[in-house]
Amino acid sequence: MKLRNYALIGVAALSALVLTACGSSSKSKKGVTTVKIAWRGTGKSDSMYRVYSKAWIADFEKKHPKIKIELQPINASEGDYFSKLDLAMKSASTAPDIVNEDTFILPSDAKAGYLTDLGPYVNKWSDWSNYNAALKKGSQGSDGKQYGIPGTTDARGIWTNLAVTKKAGLSSDWTPKNWDDILSAARKIKKADSSAIPLAIGVSTTNGESVAMQTFEMFFYGTGETLYTEKTNKWNVNSKGILDTLNFINTVYNKDKTGPSMSVVMNANYGSTIFQDKFPKNQVGMGLDGSWTTGNWVKGGAAPVSNMTKKFAFNLMPTQNGEAPGYVTMSGGWAWAIPAKSKNKTAAFTVLKAMNTKKKAVDRALMEGTLTVRDDAAKDPAYLKKPFIEQATKALKNAYFRPKNELYPKVSVAIQKMVEDVASGQKTPKAAAAKYATDVKAIVGAENTETQK
Amino acid sequence: MDAAGVVPPRKKPRNAQDKAKRKLAFWLMIPSFVLLLIFFITPMVLTILFSFTNLSLTGANASALKFIGFQNFVTMFKDPQLAQSVWKTIIFVVFSAVIGQCFFGFLIAFMMRGKNRTFRRIVGLIIIAAWVTPEVVVGFCWVAFLGDNGTLNLLAHSLLGMKPVAWLYTFPMISIVIANIWRGTAFSMMVFQTALDDIPAEVEEAAVMDGASRWQLVTKITIPMVRGTIATNIMLVTLQTLGVFSLIYTMTGGGPGNATATLPVFMYKQAFVAYQLGYGTAISLVLLLIGALASLLYMRVLKVRL
Repeated sequence: MKLRNYALIGVAALSALVLTACGSSSKSKKGVTTVKIAWRGTGKSDSMYRVYSKAWIADFEKKHPKIKIELQPINASEGDYFSKLDLAMKSASTAPDIVNEDTFILPSDAKAGYLTDLGPYVNKWSDWSNYNAALKKGSQGSDGKQYGIPGTTDARGIWTNLAVTKKAGLSSDWTPKNWDDILSAARKIKKADSSAIPLAIGVSTTNGESVAMQTFEMFFYGTGETLYTEKTNKWNVNSKGILDTLNFINTVYNKDKTGPSMSVVMNANYGSTIFQDKFPKNQVGMGLDGSWTTGNWVKGGAAPVSNMTKKFAFNLMPTQNGEAPGYVTMSGGWAWAIPAKSKNKTAAFTVLKAMNTKKKAVDRALMEGTLTVRDDAAKDPAYLKKPFIEQATKALKNAYFRPKNELYPKVSVAIQKMVEDVASGQKTPKAAAAKYATDVKAIVGAENTETQK
Repeated sequence: MDAAGVVPPRKKPRNAQDKAKRKLAFWLMIPSFVLLLIFFITPMVLTILFSFTNLSLTGANASALKFIGFQNFVTMFKDPQLAQSVWKTIIFVVFSAVIGQCFFGFLIAFMMRGKNRTFRRIVGLIIIAAWVTPEVVVGFCWVAFLGDNGTLNLLAHSLLGMKPVAWLYTFPMISIVIANIWRGTAFSMMVFQTALDDIPAEVEEAAVMDGASRWQLVTKITIPMVRGTIATNIMLVTLQTLGVFSLIYTMTGGGPGNATATLPVFMYKQAFVAYQLGYGTAISLVLLLIGALASLLYMRVLKVRL
């Protein structure tokens, strides 16, 4: 029957279509390997496009005619980036060849089997000895294997807009000595300029890990406590330090009301609203953020500011009551890794080596405002002239790193929730701390918790 | 059923031609079955399976998938946030879908009856424009309208001298309910329009002749005559609204705190923000259950069979 034949052809065609759609993957053409690089994209003014520019890629491809570089930024909020990356790395057909991993999630992703052990590769790489030893360790898995090549590191502090603090009667060399100094400065700014945001600290879960590390831990580690004791493998819950930190956040957002309005702070674009828009326009007095924030203000950045060192100051975060050494910072950073399911590992490592030469390391630190991970780059004259580099380097000396434990990403989510609950007034500091204790016990097991001090 | 007695049963001459037709029908249906199997049944079965596992996006569990029995469900029912999310979902569905969309949809359809064609077209087009706009875009429109420097605040300031109000953070649930009504009313309106147009004019004329008031006409004649449509429509919009995610996520992200964390948002956060995919799928089953229960309830209350 004619009709039947047509039907059969239709069925065959349809199934062929479905099957090819499922099985398509990028095959290299004429022996050329395409290396796909994924990182968290932040749009057009993303500094990564300037560091690894079209000219740089063209130059690389000329030297390595068998390799083609494809930039594949993942445009997502900080909270969503890691899940999108994990989903991509789960399958061989979607796994990029080089990924940018935040060092807090690297041990967890390594444990999940997503990453390649780069040990055999770096051992044969002459430049490897120029990397900072502590940071190399920071890019290892909990099994001690080298899963990442450090890309950048950072320090955090209180960015101060001198035009705003001047109105509030603070001198240009004002530095907070303890938490109370910050609170009283915020109150003064509020009084002097009601339109300015006195103190911006991120508290929304949509801002993801930065809320745990950059807000909560920045204060919390200044109480002398830590989140986790590596030796005993115990997580700290129900402690005084946690409650004190939450009380500070509660004071800023609910008692003094010196924080940004909820609609600014709860937005996924909180960071760019503050540091690309309001802060450069003298609408923010103090903002807690990382050393890389200068990347917004350099020439070619999202919001260029001339003479930034004269207009702004980078103050180190004081400890709670000024306990020695007087200041504290959390340090993290991003590392480059090769997914276990990448099909082009050798080519990927060739690209990685080119991406991380001394020159590129200096370029990246200057364009992004991040701190370099190479000891030789840190001595480069151009690097030493970077705005605010002195304070950032000083801060790094007393830096704390996040718990090197594969459960940290999940605990971090509980921290973010706790902070948001307090700042938005949904829970009292006490209730939020109690909820955190319950959450952490569910994640790590009640037997792995303790109360410090 | 009843008709079976009237219409004579079909003769079944099992001749060769008929057999061939059956075969053909079978072959023709294969593609749709294959597609259903790939895109509908497999994911559903997988969802149920995964809800009993420790499936995770990262960490040791991501590489060692294990069946953990009912552990996800135990955790879920112990989590006070589940009850809150279920409650928020119910509020959202009842106010934005059942009351909002159905009521306004019916009202607009009823008022547009018998009006001038051009008028109907213009009003209809405006309302349908909201329906054809993608959810995310609707979300952004509402953020722009309700934001700190949004249209509403500017209007309130210039007309009434009001201070700006952070609507999305002061009245989060009301904001998303209104946005969803705004978006979804067109659907109900269209459904009711067709149903109302099908009511024969004679029936209502007869009622008027018998001296029925306008109110009686609506409650005793019009509504009962479209009862089946009302039931179908309520069920459809309920199921649609139960799954609304992008609108809420773009407008409030489920916040502030958990103020607008309906079940889909709660599920997303557990699966993709807290990296616990297995737990997330377990929550999605609760959503499925609520949808099924709601459908059964409507069928009972409105006494209709689909």
